Amino acid sequence: MLLTTTDLLSVVAWSRAQFAMTAIYHWLFVPLTLGLGFICAFMETIYYRTGDEYWKRTTKFWMKLFGINFAIGIATGLILEFEFGTNWSNYSHFVGDIFGAPLAIEGIMAFFLEATFIAVMFFGWDKVSKGFHLTSTWLTAFGATVSALWILVANSWMQYPVGMTFNIETARNEMTSFWEVVLSPVAINKFFHTVLSGYILGSVFVAGLSAWFLLKKRERRMAKDSMKVAAIFGLVCSIFAAISGDRSAKLVARVQPMKLASLEALYDGQRGADLTVISIMRPARERVSNETVNYWEIKLPKMLSYMSFGNTDAYVPGINDLLYGNEDMGIISTTEKIERGRVVIDEIRRFQQAKESGDEEVLADVKMNFDPNVEQGRQFMDNYYRYFGYGYLNSPQEAVPNIPLVFYCFRIMVGLGFYFIIMFAGVLFLLHKNTIEKRRWILYILLWSIPLGYLAGQAGWVVTEFGRQPWTIQELLPTVAAVSRLDSGSVIVTFFMFLILFTALLIAEIKIMTKQIKLGPGRRSE
Amino acid sequence: MDTYIFLQHYWWLIISFLASSLVFLLFVQGGQGLIYTIGRTEAERNVIANVLGRKWEITFTTLVTFGGAFFASFPLFYSTSFGGAFYVWMLILFVFVLQAVSYEYRRKPNNFLGERTYNAFLLINGIARTFLLGVAVGTFFTGAQFTVATSNLTNLGGSVTISQWTTPWCGLDALADYRNISLGLAVLFLSRVLGLQFFMNSVNDHTIFTRSRKHILYNAVPFLVFFLLFVVSILLSNGFAVDPDSGTVYMEKYKYAKNLADMPVVLILFLVGVLAVAAGIANDLFKNNGKGFWYTGTGAILTVLALMLTAGYNNTAYYPSVSDLQSSLTIYNSSSSKFTLTVMSWVSLLIPVVIWYI
Repeated sequence: MLLTTTDLLSVVAWSRAQFAMTAIYHWLFVPLTLGLGFICAFMETIYYRTGDEYWKRTTKFWMKLFGINFAIGIATGLILEFEFGTNWSNYSHFVGDIFGAPLAIEGIMAFFLEATFIAVMFFGWDKVSKGFHLTSTWLTAFGATVSALWILVANSWMQYPVGMTFNIETARNEMTSFWEVVLSPVAINKFFHTVLSGYILGSVFVAGLSAWFLLKKRERRMAKDSMKVAAIFGLVCSIFAAISGDRSAKLVARVQPMKLASLEALYDGQRGADLTVISIMRPARERVSNETVNYWEIKLPKMLSYMSFGNTDAYVPGINDLLYGNEDMGIISTTEKIERGRVVIDEIRRFQQAKESGDEEVLADVKMNFDPNVEQGRQFMDNYYRYFGYGYLNSPQEAVPNIPLVFYCFRIMVGLGFYFIIMFAGVLFLLHKNTIEKRRWILYILLWSIPLGYLAGQAGWVVTEFGRQPWTIQELLPTVAAVSRLDSGSVIVTFFMFLILFTALLIAEIKIMTKQIKLGPGRRSE
Repeated sequence: MDTYIFLQHYWWLIISFLASSLVFLLFVQGGQGLIYTIGRTEAERNVIANVLGRKWEITFTTLVTFGGAFFASFPLFYSTSFGGAFYVWMLILFVFVLQAVSYEYRRKPNNFLGERTYNAFLLINGIARTFLLGVAVGTFFTGAQFTVATSNLTNLGGSVTISQWTTPWCGLDALADYRNISLGLAVLFLSRVLGLQFFMNSVNDHTIFTRSRKHILYNAVPFLVFFLLFVVSILLSNGFAVDPDSGTVYMEKYKYAKNLADMPVVLILFLVGVLAVAAGIANDLFKNNGKGFWYTGTGAILTVLALMLTAGYNNTAYYPSVSDLQSSLTIYNSSSSKFTLTVMSWVSLLIPVVIWYI
């Protein structure tokens, strides 16, 4: 079929690459903004309550780093917002009625909050009252978190589309319940899990740099106090991130079974399924059943069932069940879903043709299928429309994400999550005993944990986004049907334009930041 | 009036208001573009960068909100224009990134690219972005080359994309129409005038003040020429009208002139706006109070608001297609559902609160 012409696939691949590249860069800056914002607010609160100028100096030091990081985060974010339109035109049409609203609210509410109060935060020292300045710092931190809320609501909706119906007249999905979109369990959980990861990164960053100061035997008081603030914040957030992560797994098990099966590399569904802690995976062609997945593995018995459904005997469907169907468990095959998706596409075509010929009878008949207010419509939506996106797939295998990628990234994320809990707890213990300065190896570990904080966040997004493939909207719109009608050359050119620019700016940011860190809080930056 | 139609008009008003605010706020870009013209010494350039650097985030935020609000209220525009006029929007985004970091990084030690590079970034952004935005908005009147067909969604044998550009120039084709170029240049020179007026208003430095005044004249004249060229050519040209009952788009003689005649409020907005822009410029040329910025700024908002309303109200296609007339976007056929517009309207009530605290 023409659908898989190489150029279309190439546009899809490059558009995905472009979006992923922008998102990856964006997520290098945003989590630090999220975390450091609150850490600055905590520190300034201590200054406000004690009146100790030392705390003001400490706050200003970390705030300076916050400022260097801030601008580039929002710049990359703006590019993402517009890439929905530039590279994913059909997507924008198909779901714009729902997806646009959170983006607009984000702009109206959150960014203005950030942009206004960040100016006070940086330029307002000694110009406004101490209380007002503190309030501005808190509002900047909250503003950053609230911005994250709305875009995460939008992303969650892509994982778990709710609160909408398909309008056959406009050929798009339309919102029926704003609160169902905003308060969907996936959205709430994703919001907490993601912003917590940002808070953790901020804490890892502050703790790591404080360790560097201790290693250099500079600013020892500031370093130890900052480390304490960061470790408390980091420990609390890591624990809550683990809790929200557990909840996340249960939600994925419910709403995205293929993602769960892929990130566990579970080929055959099981009751009492084991959880693979770590393994060495075989190449794709050898992986056909659970026995042939790994060369070597460590497993926890029945834990996958428990993790997914809170019950050690629960049935977890595998990739093969989802691809080929499993009648006993009431799972329909992907081939069947493709056929049902095609039925919907045919109905839309029938509607369009009837509209041209003015065949009222057919129009009324098709409309019934898409009317959520009548039984026939509800049945059709439940049994057919929910598989709409499958209609664009050519073979069932296209419904499977990249298994090794999501499998290993998931383990990196979870592993690092547990590591941070231990790390922060250990730091607090040593700070309490006042022996951390003597354990230089611990300080080195802390310093070298900074990149791990970034790695954990990136791995998490890879799991979320690659795990959803081939869908842009879960089961409703695959990437191949979401992309703009461009030639791949255009996308390749802009990909490299932005890649070079972002990389140059990243290098600039790191260089400026390391310079400012080396200067420390004592000297002026300009 | 039907609620849905009312909401569509309400949202076009908001989009128009955001667009006009954006044009006003382009004074930051205009000022950047003059960083070497007005800032002859390093100290002067720093004064300019500092005074502009505190304002650029508001421009940024308005652009984000404009994009988000347009997406939410008229998603078909978002998917058609951004996905189609790909090169133009990508260039605008690219130069935007150049700006975002430059204010923060230009004076920082060890900044990798050097202060002069960041100044150049500011200069490029100041000139390219204002011009390109003007050109893009010009197509609201002159039309663009795209087709829209929801039936493509079922076209499994080929492209399923609903909106597509019909030329490989992907938006750069807009540069072939002198009217778009005129508006681009008008916006560019207006932003420079506003930038200069902003310096006169906010920089406490006699040299910069008098130098800015001198340059206002150099920029106001080309602004006036290109603005009049655009307005006159639009008022004399055929416009894209839509029959509200059937949704059919057709060419109508003097459509935009008729729109102004049919909507006296918009005409008054337009005239008051133009007068205020002129009064502001005159003020700064002949008086020493530096208050012209506010007159010209308000005037720019009113004028652009009036132009946007002329493009979208009174049964006009605001994003016409010259490739296929019936693909043209109107506020009726490109808007979100009634439900979404209603939800968003509640959210929009927050806008006055936001403006208040700014």
